[in-house]
Amino acid sequence: MALSGMRGLSVFISDVRNCQNKEQERLRVDKELGNIRTRFKNEKGLTPYEKKKYVWKMLYIYMLGYDVDFGHMEAVSLISAPKYPEKQVGYIVTSCLLNENHDFLRLVINTVRNDIIGRNETFQCLALTMVGNIGGREFAESLAPDVQKLLISSSCRPLVRKKAALCLLRLYRKNPDVVNVDGWSDRMTQLLDERDLGVLTSVMSLLVALVSNNHDAYWSCLPKCVKILERLARNQDVPQEYTYYGIPSPWLQVKTMRVLQYFPTIEDPNTRRSLFEVLQRILMGTDVVKNVNKNNASHAVLFEALALVMHLDAEKEMMSQCVALLGKFIAVREPNIRYLGLENMTRMLMVTDVQDIIKRHQAQIITSLKDPDISIRRRALDLLYSMCDVSNAKDIVEELLQYLSTADFVMREELALKAAILAEKFAPDLSWYVDVILQLIDKAGDFVSDDIWYRVVQFVTNNEDLQPYAAIKAREYLDKPALHETMVKVSAYLLGEYSHLLARRPGCSPREIFTILHEKLPTVSTSTVAILLSTYAKILMHTQPPDPELQHQIWGIFNKYESYIDVEIQQRAVEYFALSRKGAALADILAEMPKFPERQSALLRRAEDAEIDTAEQSAIKLRAQQQTSNALVLTDQRPPDNGSVPVGQLALVKMPSMSHSTDASLADQGLAQENGTLSKVDPQAAPPSADLLGDLLGPLAIEGPPIAASSEQNLVSGLDTVPSASDALALAPVVEQSNSVQPIGNIAERFHALCLKDSGVLYEDPYIQVGIKAEWRAHHGRLVLFLGNKNTSPLLSVKALILPPAHLKIELSLVPETIPPRAQVQCPLEVVNLCPSRDIAVLDFSYKFGTTMVNAKLRLPAVITKFLQPMSVSAEEFFRQWRSLAGPPLKLQEVVRGVKPLSLPEMANLFNSLRLMVTPGLDPNPNNLVASTTFHSESTQAMVCLMRVETDPSDRTQLRMTIASVDPTLTFELKEFIKEQLVSMPTAPTASTVPAPGTPQVQPSVPSATPTDPGAMLAGLL
Amino acid sequence: MIRFILLQNRQGKTRLAKYYVALEESEKHKVEYEVHRLVVNRDPKFTNFVEFRTHKIIYRRYAGLFFSMCVDITDNELAYLECIHLFVEILDHFFSNVCELDLVFNFQKVYLILDEFILAGELQETSKKAIIDRMGELEKQE
Repeated sequence: MALSGMRGLSVFISDVRNCQNKEQERLRVDKELGNIRTRFKNEKGLTPYEKKKYVWKMLYIYMLGYDVDFGHMEAVSLISAPKYPEKQVGYIVTSCLLNENHDFLRLVINTVRNDIIGRNETFQCLALTMVGNIGGREFAESLAPDVQKLLISSSCRPLVRKKAALCLLRLYRKNPDVVNVDGWSDRMTQLLDERDLGVLTSVMSLLVALVSNNHDAYWSCLPKCVKILERLARNQDVPQEYTYYGIPSPWLQVKTMRVLQYFPTIEDPNTRRSLFEVLQRILMGTDVVKNVNKNNASHAVLFEALALVMHLDAEKEMMSQCVALLGKFIAVREPNIRYLGLENMTRMLMVTDVQDIIKRHQAQIITSLKDPDISIRRRALDLLYSMCDVSNAKDIVEELLQYLSTADFVMREELALKAAILAEKFAPDLSWYVDVILQLIDKAGDFVSDDIWYRVVQFVTNNEDLQPYAAIKAREYLDKPALHETMVKVSAYLLGEYSHLLARRPGCSPREIFTILHEKLPTVSTSTVAILLSTYAKILMHTQPPDPELQHQIWGIFNKYESYIDVEIQQRAVEYFALSRKGAALADILAEMPKFPERQSALLRRAEDAEIDTAEQSAIKLRAQQQTSNALVLTDQRPPDNGSVPVGQLALVKMPSMSHSTDASLADQGLAQENGTLSKVDPQAAPPSADLLGDLLGPLAIEGPPIAASSEQNLVSGLDTVPSASDALALAPVVEQSNSVQPIGNIAERFHALCLKDSGVLYEDPYIQVGIKAEWRAHHGRLVLFLGNKNTSPLLSVKALILPPAHLKIELSLVPETIPPRAQVQCPLEVVNLCPSRDIAVLDFSYKFGTTMVNAKLRLPAVITKFLQPMSVSAEEFFRQWRSLAGPPLKLQEVVRGVKPLSLPEMANLFNSLRLMVTPGLDPNPNNLVASTTFHSESTQAMVCLMRVETDPSDRTQLRMTIASVDPTLTFELKEFIKEQLVSMPTAPTASTVPAPGTPQVQPSVPSATPTDPGAMLAGLL
Repeated sequence: MIRFILLQNRQGKTRLAKYYVALEESEKHKVEYEVHRLVVNRDPKFTNFVEFRTHKIIYRRYAGLFFSMCVDITDNELAYLECIHLFVEILDHFFSNVCELDLVFNFQKVYLILDEFILAGELQETSKKAIIDRMGELEKQE
């Protein structure tokens, strides 16, 4: 046994260990604490050694779980000690005992700073370590620049620099606003050349944080990261001490791949190619080996590579390789690998379209739902939840229901919630949805939150076809011997409203319904009694002709509860009693509940709210956000049969935005695309009722619509004189929504996004989502509008008109007048381009929801660039054409100011999205971009267009653009359109000095740029 | 990032606790209690990962000692699992054949080693040799 070198400390530890029980231990600890306290009081007599020893003892006691509420000052004061042994104790104990907000820390900031900037390397290390572990805002304010200096200092040993890197990381994570990292991209790029792998590991962690916060600034680091990864994966020049079971630092490999996941894409084809080579190597070259550690390390790298491949949207082939690997993993016995297989399949569903392949593993995944290890069960549940769509919803939900009866308590609530959400989202028909929820309540009533049963009531209320079915089901459950109270609530509610629809069935006469419900009353809580009273009143109202015996029985109950201790129940009893004596007027007063105003499901909202707390935002999540648009896709293509509302269309399925490469036909994709994420609603444009839960509860708590809170007092007395039924009805909780429909998200932004890609959401409000999907071929375009009804009631008077500009021929197929609840219709649209113009077609779209008329005029993204086909040209060809198109009006040049600042790769990306193919390296100046494309219209053959953009690295807000083509109109229109795309119109309208885009005259731009302008010198060359 | 590292024995006695996020005292006690309960009864055939609140515990058992790390839900689980093993190898090397008693009587050394290994919740050095050499340097100064 090694000894600590401090006898007193060792003796104390032995004493504590020798204690027979907790009580003895406490006595021994208390004695020691008393001793330390007295010694500290009389600090004069304390040698540095003794002080050190007592502070260690304090830490030990603290570690045992005892409160140490004194002596912090002594620990902190040791930091200022002149010698290493004391200083070390001070630093270590302080960073264990105190956290960043402790006042005492302020006292030593100066000492810490002196240690950091001082010449003693050991002290530097101690100080950096403490600040790295517990540094708060004040440390960041006073120390960040010094720490930054150490990190890049060439005179410091790697030892100091790696600590400085992580210390800076801590300060930056905690207070990004305090730590100034402007201009750090160059430093980080240099730091990536570091030979010491310890420093590189620390630097890479810092880089993850920096890039996750603002990847734009760090593009220059990307190729270096790929180089590092290549070097590690090929095991080139990696010192033996940095290999772990033969694998070159798996941790650094993982970190490096993490960094790469924060860049939205990799533009440079060479970098991309080398990266894919490495990834391919990792994917294919990782074998299962006997040694656990080696196996874990190599699989750590493999799983990170999988994540990176998913992120990069690799070619189909590589993706299917990944899915195949994951499919293998979820079937292995080794629990860790199986767990990770399930977890990564779920992630994969979030970013790519692999639903169908993953569905093949459904049986295997369901097996994991029954694994003895809860960690695995949780992953399986998550995966089943994400992979669920209309096609497999029945199987999956039924599997979840079955599992519910045996699942452990900690998982039941989540299971119940997930089953309810899936049933709501993907129900092939509404009666199945009702079945599922009732089963849920029956099997796991304790875990079914009120939201779930409120929601089923909402659905039934809003769908007449469903009402008799729901009532029968509710009645059936009442026959069961032991009933969960939630089931009593929901059945009582449903039977109160709709049992009259069953009156002719055996066992469903008003009296029988009343009797069976009333049996439950003695065992239920007050809130349920209130519902039961409402139900009795409703039953009375529906009993025609009146049944005097039943009437007396129920009146008796009302009488009894008039003096009940709970005021809510008392009031209901009094009012229902008075109301039920009104005879025929009762039918008007106690009429059926009106339809609920549409609202986002509180359940779905809850699912969206599940936020997790991580140091960096997860790369996958970031990516899911970048894929901004998710269009609704039709799931049930049956046309609504002659006017009656089909009950069969509840499902909403999400579709990921297609990557540009996918050219497959529209039709087959409509059904399958699905990424399992829930519809993201823009936070700033909340649905009309902000407090969803609140108003969900509102009407239900009252239960009987006529008894509205506002007139509760005089309602009873007032009724004695004039039973004004219409007044009472007017109190029904229908939300007034005249013209208050607000679009969700920014329409202009959505349009701009759709100019760059071919599918996404064009418009969304609380009732409808209009998605668009387009295919362009030469001068033809085929668009499909997806009109998705988000409600449980139909949208009426749907109209869509196209106002085409002169240069486009547009034909819109018939738009149905009604969109059934939760259904979606597709309206194809044919577009033909006649000549170049940047005018824009407008879709005039309107519909009615309830009494609200909504009208929106939407710009259609059938813009000029959609009729371009990217074309790559050789340098020789480009220059030949460029020279032949000399000067205006065929070649136009303009200096554009007020440009959205974009990095070059981003700008290249933008042009590529606009179908202008950027040819890297064609222009010798790296700050310039050259692109080529062809334009198609019905009247002409394909026309070549060339473009050159010269940027100014010192001022990203301006650039010079030259466009050339054989047609002057095309040149002009294209130039103006691209300019609009480049200028940041929404953010900085004042800064922009761009001439109005409508200016008709062609502006020959001024070629007299200053000779220092790098573009100008090259202009002559070209 | 690593939120905290705990070394606990089967009885739940904490042998080392290092927090990289600021927690209140009472919260720390709660966390230590809950993490111990979470890992101690798990079958050795189970995964080394358990969800804990909004994070994950990556743990590994060596004889009677549990090494647990709390990491972000999106972190690479296997990388941290091997990180634990590397730490154990370093301890084993430093104490030559480490046992629980070494860690009890030399807890201050364990903190010192940990500070050379992990900082700010991130890996700082993955070379066993570099850490052992550094510990040698530091011991000379005492």
